[in-house]
Amino acid sequence: MSLSDQELKEIAYLARINVKDESLSALKVELEEILKLFEELNEADTSEVDAMSHPLDLSQPVRKDEVTEKNEREELLKNAPSAKSGLFLVPKVIEGEG
Amino acid sequence: MSVNLDNWEAVIGLEIHVQLSTKSKLFSGASTDFGALPNTQACNIDLALPGVLPVLNEEVLKMAIKLGKALNAEINSPTSFARKNYFYPDSPKGYQISQMDKPIVETGYLDIETEEGKKRIGVTRAHLEEDAGKSLHDDFEGQSGIDLNRAGTPLLEIVSEPEINSPQEAVAYLKSIHSIIRYLDISDGNMAEGSMRCDANVSVRKKGEKDLGIRTETKNVNSFRFVEKAIQYEIERQIHEIESGNKITQETRLYDSQTNTTRPMRSKEFANDYRYFPEPDLLPINLDKSFIDEVMATMPEMPSEKKERFISEFGLSAYDAELLAADKDLADFFEDVNAVSKSPKLSANWIMGELSAELNNENLTIRESKVTSNKLGQLILRIEDGTISGKIAKEIFEKLWSSDNEVDEIIQSEGLEQVTDDKEIESMIDEVINSNPEQLEQYRSGKDRLFGFFVGQVMKASQGKANPKQVNDILRKKLEK
Repeated sequence: MSLSDQELKEIAYLARINVKDESLSALKVELEEILKLFEELNEADTSEVDAMSHPLDLSQPVRKDEVTEKNEREELLKNAPSAKSGLFLVPKVIEGEG
Repeated sequence: MSVNLDNWEAVIGLEIHVQLSTKSKLFSGASTDFGALPNTQACNIDLALPGVLPVLNEEVLKMAIKLGKALNAEINSPTSFARKNYFYPDSPKGYQISQMDKPIVETGYLDIETEEGKKRIGVTRAHLEEDAGKSLHDDFEGQSGIDLNRAGTPLLEIVSEPEINSPQEAVAYLKSIHSIIRYLDISDGNMAEGSMRCDANVSVRKKGEKDLGIRTETKNVNSFRFVEKAIQYEIERQIHEIESGNKITQETRLYDSQTNTTRPMRSKEFANDYRYFPEPDLLPINLDKSFIDEVMATMPEMPSEKKERFISEFGLSAYDAELLAADKDLADFFEDVNAVSKSPKLSANWIMGELSAELNNENLTIRESKVTSNKLGQLILRIEDGTISGKIAKEIFEKLWSSDNEVDEIIQSEGLEQVTDDKEIESMIDEVINSNPEQLEQYRSGKDRLFGFFVGQVMKASQGKANPKQVNDILRKKLEK
């Protein structure tokens, strides 16, 4: 399977990776190698096998609905590059996203 | 914009996000209380710090199962979570944990009342997912402030089939869902505060056409009334576009309640591609039959069942029963009043009459009523047992509303007992007749409608306390003499 430059750029955009035009051709070769591995996997006949969403044959443990966390805002805000009035500050983004 | 709607049919599907009223979050033990100071309820799991793992809140499973049951739906077991990948500052993980292939609730329906009678709306699915935080865009010198208190709050997204055909049906469906989540007590359903949010997928097609038109999704609609208006606007806009020879663009639009219009959200460079995949941090969840049975055992009576019971057990009219049963708090209040008064019809009348009027006046909910259910029950009981007249009861009700006094205290201290003694009533009637000889003459010479005049005079003489039925009976006898 071969990728177009446009597809490469879209994949990079979705992952928010800034890819320079000059590195596109090298990336293309590497990604196509990876896709080849998946094509190999696709050759296996799985028509008789149930889809598996997790390798462990267990059920998810659950917890009771109780508040167990304390307010650690000051501690947690210290990790942020920028904070003010108890808020994390980020570059301005105005775009509705659901 | 005027368009002829007659040749067109609207096709509407609703996505309703319901914030579940758990104490703690979907995957962490942080509190979900509304209105706390920014980021005081956002723990390391909500912030997606390296190395943290989500742990599922059992309560959300119970809430989802209850909703599934109320929507006559299948409960999937195993049910599993999936990652929905997108970047947005108020979603710290860079993805949202949601459900894709195995939503907990699938394939149900809901019957709504329309002008043409009962209509069944299919419910495609209801899935669990986590809410995002909030971005604040002002006052940070060109930066946005992020409050993650809401991040990780459990949501149940209820998706309908595109089987709704008018704004009115959409509101009926939405109200019905609202009533159900309040009955199940799984959310406070407060649309203004965002605990219940509605997105509307709307398309139009010429009547008789089989294929669906191109749809838009309208977001940001936060009241029942706005849902109706936003959909109405969007239907008319689309018809107008098509009739003007334009094409509908598949897009997300925002409703603006100030102008009552919808407008497109800024379109993105590339189409969204959420690249869902099974959530590796969470195992699929097996819901044992015993667990589901346990939850089922806690199912309350639902609105439609309650309505039927109010009709069969209390002999209420379908109209009264429907009105009372639609709101759980109102229905509970009615049953509490009736437990004391033992008079269902009168209890229903008082609640929907005097009490509702006062509540509306002061903009109070039934829970905030200044007259308790017990007192209203007592009041009605005193009408039923003949202690007071209905007219006096209204006066006492006003006093109950504005004071803490008990019903019997007011009746005794103000001497408001109904006069039921025949002798006493007779003497009042005699006095009235004697002091109105002219009217008596006229009545006896055929002016029947003067009967009302005499009743009025007697009631006035008794300060409204005479039993009206006795007054009628005795007066008629005396006047005929």
